[in-house]
Amino acid sequence: MGLTHSASTKQGLKDLFNVEKLKEEDCVIALAGNPNTGKSTVFNSLTGLHQHTGNWPGKTVVNSQGKYSHKDKDFIIVDLPGTYSLLASSVEEVVARDFICFGKPDVTVVVLDATCIERNLNLLLQVLEITDNVVACVNLMDEAKSKNIKIDIEGLSKELGIPVIPTTARNNVGMNNLKDTIYDLCHNKIETCPVQILYPREITEQLQILTPMLSSIFMDKINAKWLALRLLDGDDSIINSIGKFLEYDLKT
Amino acid sequence: MENLSLRLTEIALGKKVRVVELLSKGLSRQRMLDLGIVPNTIIYVLRRSPFGDPTAYLIRDTCIALRDDEAENIIVKDL
Repeated sequence: MGLTHSASTKQGLKDLFNVEKLKEEDCVIALAGNPNTGKSTVFNSLTGLHQHTGNWPGKTVVNSQGKYSHKDKDFIIVDLPGTYSLLASSVEEVVARDFICFGKPDVTVVVLDATCIERNLNLLLQVLEITDNVVACVNLMDEAKSKNIKIDIEGLSKELGIPVIPTTARNNVGMNNLKDTIYDLCHNKIETCPVQILYPREITEQLQILTPMLSSIFMDKINAKWLALRLLDGDDSIINSIGKFLEYDLKT
Repeated sequence: MENLSLRLTEIALGKKVRVVELLSKGLSRQRMLDLGIVPNTIIYVLRRSPFGDPTAYLIRDTCIALRDDEAENIIVKDL
């Protein structure tokens, strides 16, 4: 199950980045989220495809892509593997992180499980550190309702500074709303101002030194503040990925 | 009154505890943090597998199985 050899090698990752835009104005949407939050169901509901959905870990290790049209525009949607984190300790996490970082999706949709939203927010915050163009999709609203869980969608949206859309993808509830929001965000009709994470003073000081250095090297190819944080973390896998995608050797 | 700090592996089935400290290092530490195991998280010991390892814990509304060598690095105390 899951990882075949060819899927786990670099070629598999390369395929992931081969997002073929038919037209320049096509928008690329990344679909991220914890395992088992219904990313693939959201994907199927958006595209009308029938990608296999199944409840076992690592089902979507390598991505699948699909297309849909909304209001006469075409959207290419990439279903990323489910992860708890983007701090890259497994293949899935590296794939998801590299796509959000280097694949430059126009919008990233983070799918959250309405029945245990708290544990999903970790990943959402990590995505928000990389990119501003994020929509949170609170899925499995029907299950939350049957468990008597009430979610303050508006409050969550205000706290996070991004649009939050409740959905039940299984029954296609809320999907039009989600499509509208993705559309608006793609075409700059709405702006987000994601919540900023405050770090302790020593880290902030180092960030103020590192961030300008990194942004002068990479310009807008990568979020410099986020990269600075990973370097402070001592995360080797990001250095490797930068070598691979931006062809810059940070070790020198 | 200060409760005694224990390793998560020492907690009996069916007990609820609060995380005091995470001793894991490196990737394993990151993994535990990603799973939502941070100081003050409540952990409920759900069930043990036939040979006692791994053990299933209820952490933030999700059942997570941890091996003893992961769980022994989680320092907890009684509620």
